[in-house]
Amino acid sequence: MSTAAVAVLGLIIVAAALVALLSKSLVTAILSAGAVSLVASILYLFLAAPDVAMTEAAVGSALTTLVFLFALSRLRERGNKADAEGGENG
Amino acid sequence: MELIPVIGSALIIVGAWGMLTQRNMLKMVIGFSIIDTGVHLMIVSIGYVIGGEAPILDSDVSSASRFVDPVPSALVLTAIVIGLAVTALMLAYVVRLARTKGTLEISEYKELKW
Amino acid sequence: MANRVVAIIIIAGLALILLPLINEARFHSETPELASTYIDQTATHLGAANVVTGVVVTFRGLDTLGEVTVLFAATAGVGFVVTRRRKRNEHAVAEGPDVDMNAGIESPAAATGQGPSEILMTASRFLTPILFLFGTYIFVHGHLTPGGGFQGGVVIATAVVFSIMGSTGKQLRHGVMGTIESLSGIIYVALGVVGLVLAAGFLDPTFLPLGEFGSILSAGAIPLIYSVIGLKVGMELAGVVDRLRSQEGQ
Repeated sequence: MSTAAVAVLGLIIVAAALVALLSKSLVTAILSAGAVSLVASILYLFLAAPDVAMTEAAVGSALTTLVFLFALSRLRERGNKADAEGGENG
Repeated sequence: MELIPVIGSALIIVGAWGMLTQRNMLKMVIGFSIIDTGVHLMIVSIGYVIGGEAPILDSDVSSASRFVDPVPSALVLTAIVIGLAVTALMLAYVVRLARTKGTLEISEYKELKW
Repeated sequence: MANRVVAIIIIAGLALILLPLINEARFHSETPELASTYIDQTATHLGAANVVTGVVVTFRGLDTLGEVTVLFAATAGVGFVVTRRRKRNEHAVAEGPDVDMNAGIESPAAATGQGPSEILMTASRFLTPILFLFGTYIFVHGHLTPGGGFQGGVVIATAVVFSIMGSTGKQLRHGVMGTIESLSGIIYVALGVVGLVLAAGFLDPTFLPLGEFGSILSAGAIPLIYSVIGLKVGMELAGVVDRLRSQEGQ
């Protein structure tokens, strides 16, 4: 388990999580959450767990992103005025 | 101090902070999904054996080689799929709530506040 | 401002709880005893090559049954909360502020005049059979290679949703999917009871012959059980994702 590779992946995953929670556009946030799942699946391979890596890649980056985007489109189709602006920290 | 539990804890803290401070309901669900990923990372990292291999047996089973603990993998396998179902349930509630008031801001929903 | 202070206190408390866990976490240097027992028993008692499959289906079979139940409960919850398509016009009259909808239009693509793009339609026609084949391969070979029922079910759910997204005006038949899912659940419990009657205990898959190590028809009833779980999970997740889909176009 090479520590440098794991450290770089760890930085990428925390940066993607921060982007997912802080960005103003909701589509960017959803895609960043999918990227968090993808990097987590690589980390599972470092931990020698191929079953879990496969499940996380299939569920986290495909179905979760799909479900979020469907919900977003369902919210936008009704002329929802508060879809693109979210709130920021209160 | 191993690195992957640190990454998992960092994800849990970032996700919890996002759930507590963001006002948009969709971002709260995203924060929940990030917490889920962090917890799963920590559970799988408990089962790692240094120098171990993945628990798939070849046709000649050599019991001398070290294998990684298969039980945390088995637990996390189903937990990931259930996490997706629970996220979908939360999103269904968000869509339903947003229909009543037309906004995604959490401070508009004041009926349960005392 | 009180909100911020409370949030900071909660995050600090969480960090305080996680800190001893990080400090004392050490990876094992030898395989733990329970794990090596499971690995040996999978080779001799079950004849399966994938130890995680043996653990999920047999040694921790009751946990899997409970988790399939939780999945079913979450799916039922989504189906309960999200309103159905055809009755939407009546619901719109009863509720408050809402946009006017295209009342009386049946096909979703004809409502706005846009359907899926040409690329999506062609790609979905090309990829859907391959995805179905891949998903079936994953859960049939669950006891030989990394994979199994849950992964195969997720791939099949993706294939189903993809085929719907790439076509105009087609809806999923939730009745058929519900029937397949319920039948799979019943077959799963029935296989467990057969294991109770014919073999050592509930969900023991050794009532079928163990076969030759490494071929498809080996490891007793594990391929059968995992295929049924894969079908059930696939149909459930496809139903959940499809219910959240929007009505008009993409």
